[in-house]
Amino acid sequence: MLAHIFRRIVATIPVMAIVALFVFSLLYIAPGDPAAVIAGEQASPEDVEKIRKGLGLDRPFVSRFGEWSWHILQADLGTSMFTGLPVTQLIVQRLEPTLSLMVVTLILSITIAVPMGVIAAWKAGTWVDRGLMAFAVLGFSVPVFVVGYVLAYVFALELDWFPVQGYTPLSAGFWPWLENLVLPAIALGCVYIALIARITRASMLEVLQQDYIRTARSKGMGQSGILFVHALKNAAVPIVTVIGIGVALLIGGAVVTESVFAIPGLGRLTIDAIVRRDYPVIQGIVLLFSLVYVLVNLAVDVIYTLLDPRIRY
Amino acid sequence: MPLLEINDLQTHFRTPDGVNRAVDGVSFQMGEGETLAVVGESGCGKSVTANSILRLIPEPPGKIAGSIRFRGVDLLKLSDKEMRRVRGNDISMIFQEPMTSLNPVLTVGRQLGETLRLHQRVSRREADARAVEMLRLVGIPEAKRRLGEYPHQLSGGMRQRVMIAIALSCRPKLLIADEPTTALDVTIQAQILDLMKDLKAKVGAAIILITHDLGIVAEVAERVMVMYAGRKVEEAPVEKLFRTPRHPYTQGLFGAVPKLGSSLAGNLTKLAEIPGVVPSLKQRICGCVFATRCASATDLCRQSAPALELKAPGHLAACHFAPKEALAA
Ligand SMILES: Nc1ncnc2c1ncn2[C@@H]1O[C@H](COP(=O)(O)OP(=O)(O)OP(=O)(O)O)[C@@H](O)[C@H]1O
Ligand SMILES: [Mg+2]
Repeated sequence: MLAHIFRRIVATIPVMAIVALFVFSLLYIAPGDPAAVIAGEQASPEDVEKIRKGLGLDRPFVSRFGEWSWHILQADLGTSMFTGLPVTQLIVQRLEPTLSLMVVTLILSITIAVPMGVIAAWKAGTWVDRGLMAFAVLGFSVPVFVVGYVLAYVFALELDWFPVQGYTPLSAGFWPWLENLVLPAIALGCVYIALIARITRASMLEVLQQDYIRTARSKGMGQSGILFVHALKNAAVPIVTVIGIGVALLIGGAVVTESVFAIPGLGRLTIDAIVRRDYPVIQGIVLLFSLVYVLVNLAVDVIYTLLDPRIRY
Repeated sequence: MPLLEINDLQTHFRTPDGVNRAVDGVSFQMGEGETLAVVGESGCGKSVTANSILRLIPEPPGKIAGSIRFRGVDLLKLSDKEMRRVRGNDISMIFQEPMTSLNPVLTVGRQLGETLRLHQRVSRREADARAVEMLRLVGIPEAKRRLGEYPHQLSGGMRQRVMIAIALSCRPKLLIADEPTTALDVTIQAQILDLMKDLKAKVGAAIILITHDLGIVAEVAERVMVMYAGRKVEEAPVEKLFRTPRHPYTQGLFGAVPKLGSSLAGNLTKLAEIPGVVPSLKQRICGCVFATRCASATDLCRQSAPALELKAPGHLAACHFAPKEALAA
């Protein structure tokens, strides 16, 4: 088991190396001369040349990549071309709101979506099932910003249950922190909830047909025990897989959600960096998100072995 | 009072092309500690009858009617909660497929202990101790270690032993075994059968044994019920049925009328093939259900359904022409 986990961790190294290579190449494959773009229209050729040197564009790709990678391993992501601040520092400053948003969304989505899917499967074919699944389709098809504005309008402006926008750091207290995150998390989680609920339902439907469910019933087990103990654990592998894959949706959606709810997180930083073609910042953020994604899927892999004793490596 | 008294059991399934009368008016009784074998061709409603007793039929599309009195209480009138107290406790069941009847992601100990904890106020530790005891009882070596194992680590025979342990853990009054040995190879079949006989003596439960194997019937059953197309067509004590099967269907199943004096099981074990097909259960049949396949069917058979009649002491058959023994008044 531990050996397996260790092997999986080692296996992520080449993945991250390829990601790093891709991220680094962004600078080279992007259209136009990055140095000229950054320097602006009125810049003299000397200025452009200076920026080119600063970016290392005058040196061979391989040596530049080696140096860049070496710095990254020491958590040095370079310097923002726009603000002149270290990229690592910029990211760390913005990390908490984004991470908070993602974690809250993840927890909220799973606690809503899994029971939703389980109940839909249990009541398959009834109006309860149809209602829940119609809701899931809706969640899938309405864009994040629309949901976001509607939620903010109804629950913040009209009902005044939650703050309209902004972010309160966790250090200011759990409830204030959570209060600010509920609406953004629901908005961001809609697609995710729909996805997880549908997979849960499909997986559960299959499991509920199995002989061991009949055995559990024949022992006198109650409905909730059958659904949530005997069935759900068997249905869990595809569910966990989708939860892992879906984190990509959260990363993309977080950028939009943060701008709808004015959350000062990485989303804002990303948009600004893209608009300004601040390559070191873009690279740093892409690298970070990739790392998160790889780690989440590593966790998913480990969870498989915990869920299903038949999975052995 | 009989242990189990089933009256006019009707289990019907609604399907897109009509109602499937899987069980259509079956009645029988069982005494405490008795072993009843249920035989019949595939699809004749044996499993549906068994599942109806524990109300394990999915409703809808299924619908159970009639009455199933267990120690005088009609199980069909119980609430879901009351029914759950009966399942696994008073009446338990073992299934045909040992490979798939245990939950693959829960340990053997968990699945065994769970039944105890559902029906009896025992702590987790007590449940574990009882689980070990049960595993020993069903002849599983290294019982303690097995508690932490998962079903895929056990062979088919071992899994069926675990199923039996689960079924008997609360000392039920009635055990329903739906082809418990069909999926196992011959030597294991014999072991499981011996185990069931042995445990029956120890636990004293009545058994409903569904099987295709006449050898097993001869060996363990006291009474036999023969089903055809969702109905009971014959019922008799085992010796009587083997010696003089009265319904043409039963005779067909046995291949030929066994000669008097031949040993009980003789050399036939598996049910014989009968030419023809079972009539669709989706249409009402007005005559005898077996008429379409019966060699000696007459117009009478095709027009009126024969009632179950006492043809000899303790011997019921539903056939107009089945020979009748002179009954003592
Ligand atoms: N859930 C269900 N929905 C619809 N029809 C069903 C259902 N379960 C059983 N049936 C029908 O009930 C009839 C009797 O089936 P049953 O399983 O009782 O046969 P059986 O005698 O046990 O046969 P076998 O020897 O093959 O186990 C079959 O025609 C089957 O199609
Ligand atoms: Mg069957």
